[in-house]
Amino acid sequence: MESIALLFAASLNAGTVLAIASLGLLINEKAGIVNLGAEGMMLCAALAGFATVVHTGSTALGFAAGMAAGALLAAIFGGLVIWLNTNQYATGLALSLFGGGFSAFAGSRYVQEKLPEQSQFAIPFLSDIPLVGSALFRHHPMVYACVALVFGLIWFLYRTRSGLVLRSVGESPESAHALGYPVRRIRLMAVMAGGALCGLAGAYVSTVYTPLWVEGMIAGKGWIALALTTFATWRPARVLLGAYLFGGVTMLQFHLQGIGVNVPSQFLTMMPYLATIVVLVLISRNPTWIRINMPTSIGKPFYPGA
Amino acid sequence: MLRLEVRPQPSRGWGYASPLLALAITVVIGVVLFAVLGKDPVRGLQVFFWEPIKSTYALSELMVKATPLLIIALGLAVCFRSNVWNIGAEGQYILGAIFAAGVALTADQSTGPWIVPAVLAAGVVGGMVWAGIVALLRDRFNANEILVSLMLVYVAIQVLNFLVYGPWKDPQGYNFPQTKTFEAVTQIPRLMDGSRVNIGLLLAFAGVAAVWVFLFRTYAGYAQLVGGLAPAAARYAGFSSRRALWTALLVSGGAAGLAGGLEVAGPIGQLTPYVPAGYGFAAIIVAFVGRLHPVGIVFSAILMSMFYIGGELAQSRMGLPKSITGVFQGLLLFALLACDTLIAYRLVWKK
Repeated sequence: MESIALLFAASLNAGTVLAIASLGLLINEKAGIVNLGAEGMMLCAALAGFATVVHTGSTALGFAAGMAAGALLAAIFGGLVIWLNTNQYATGLALSLFGGGFSAFAGSRYVQEKLPEQSQFAIPFLSDIPLVGSALFRHHPMVYACVALVFGLIWFLYRTRSGLVLRSVGESPESAHALGYPVRRIRLMAVMAGGALCGLAGAYVSTVYTPLWVEGMIAGKGWIALALTTFATWRPARVLLGAYLFGGVTMLQFHLQGIGVNVPSQFLTMMPYLATIVVLVLISRNPTWIRINMPTSIGKPFYPGA
Repeated sequence: MLRLEVRPQPSRGWGYASPLLALAITVVIGVVLFAVLGKDPVRGLQVFFWEPIKSTYALSELMVKATPLLIIALGLAVCFRSNVWNIGAEGQYILGAIFAAGVALTADQSTGPWIVPAVLAAGVVGGMVWAGIVALLRDRFNANEILVSLMLVYVAIQVLNFLVYGPWKDPQGYNFPQTKTFEAVTQIPRLMDGSRVNIGLLLAFAGVAAVWVFLFRTYAGYAQLVGGLAPAAARYAGFSSRRALWTALLVSGGAAGLAGGLEVAGPIGQLTPYVPAGYGFAAIIVAFVGRLHPVGIVFSAILMSMFYIGGELAQSRMGLPKSITGVFQGLLLFALLACDTLIAYRLVWKK
């Protein structure tokens, strides 16, 4: 039983990484921009966060550095896509390729570095409850912050005026422009917010989740986060649930190895990627389902006065 | 303020000039990067742009690396022109290598030279199978081909690892994760003594001609182009979008698989975990920088090959990490996309 509780806890932790990144991507997709550069932003942010913690010893500064790195790269992407009207897919891809190359290049001297030992987290009293305590109440604060982020985002998107404007920019930029909203600036802010959250997720990976730096360590989490927004049909709460589900799939492989299931480890490592394909197939099977929920102008350029 | 104004017609001149300007921008950033890192920029430029072409041997090595890039990018050009976003060529390349290795491993002393075409055909089939999965899921279930093809890269890497760590591991290989070295008879024939260039280069150039003829001189290629540029017009003309999807993915998958087969049975000579060298991703950049045109891709493949060799030399001669190649590749694509804006827009100064 205890091992099930630990598997559950590990799944929440793994899911948190995906959820934070995916919520960020959700913000910019709601504004009509698809950023395929998530993987690249997360890699650079993972390095920025790791390097910052190595030099300063502060995890909080590491998170800040990761967010800054993500937002900066997203701003470059946004500048190209929004002001120069470059193809969103190609530009995002460029960001992923660049981010992978740049982080490998700049990070080569950090491969041997180690982070200072971190304290364990536990909520007093609650963490002492058997099973439930170790499943739910011994997490890094980021796990709880992520849940709060979901509620905050739901409130922002569906209960505030700014959220309405953001969504309108993704649904019909022409109408938003006609009403006098600065469509391009709003899109840039959404893209940067998305980048910052991807950056936060990346920094969490390299400083808390697996505290080390190796080239390519994000291992497709950025791409899985992208798939999650579709899987969740662009609803924040479903993003969180989907992320936990994926976290579970990722962690199941270690659990299965632990209890001695005799399957070559490579097939277990494949599971999150195969699961991504399976859920994409399941969710995309019904085109109307996607079309109803998808921001109408997603992926389409908008150039005022053109 | 500087503003963009839509040109009445896309500029042909900038279509050609944009990749050159992008290269110039990348070089300038590279020079700055070398200077910041305290390395001699002139030496840096030499390593990337002079060393790879300064001798016959260097040139032949340049061609060895350009061959897979060229072959994969040709397939991707067909794919991207059809507006199908296959970004998992790396996975199709790996599967091509695995299938080719599967055939090559059956060879023994008595095997005849017919094995070489069989190895290459297996490579093509392997790539097609992997891309076919993407086509099937897109066609039947409307699953996004970008994400599916990319996910299959990670799956392909694990399949490769499984084989070289498991059933295909060389029993006499001191427990290294690799297959036994293929029999000499499976070795892709080389074009001349003293260089590693093999008939893959000829196949690549045949591919250039074939893709050019297909895209610009056949009805099927025309349908493919129209489907990519104007899906509604293609529908109206009765061109099948499903057919275009399958064609695009099978062509690009087959090309990537062929490149994988040529690589394992050529320069590498066995299956190892180091088969994936990022050619599948670099070829995306090659395809775009070459304007998705078969002739343009020849030049961009050679350029990208220079980046690869320059990166290796920068590591051995200047003490820089080899991954500097990836930095320049990404920068080049960024710069190209930015410069391409000038094809459809012009810069005007307005108050």
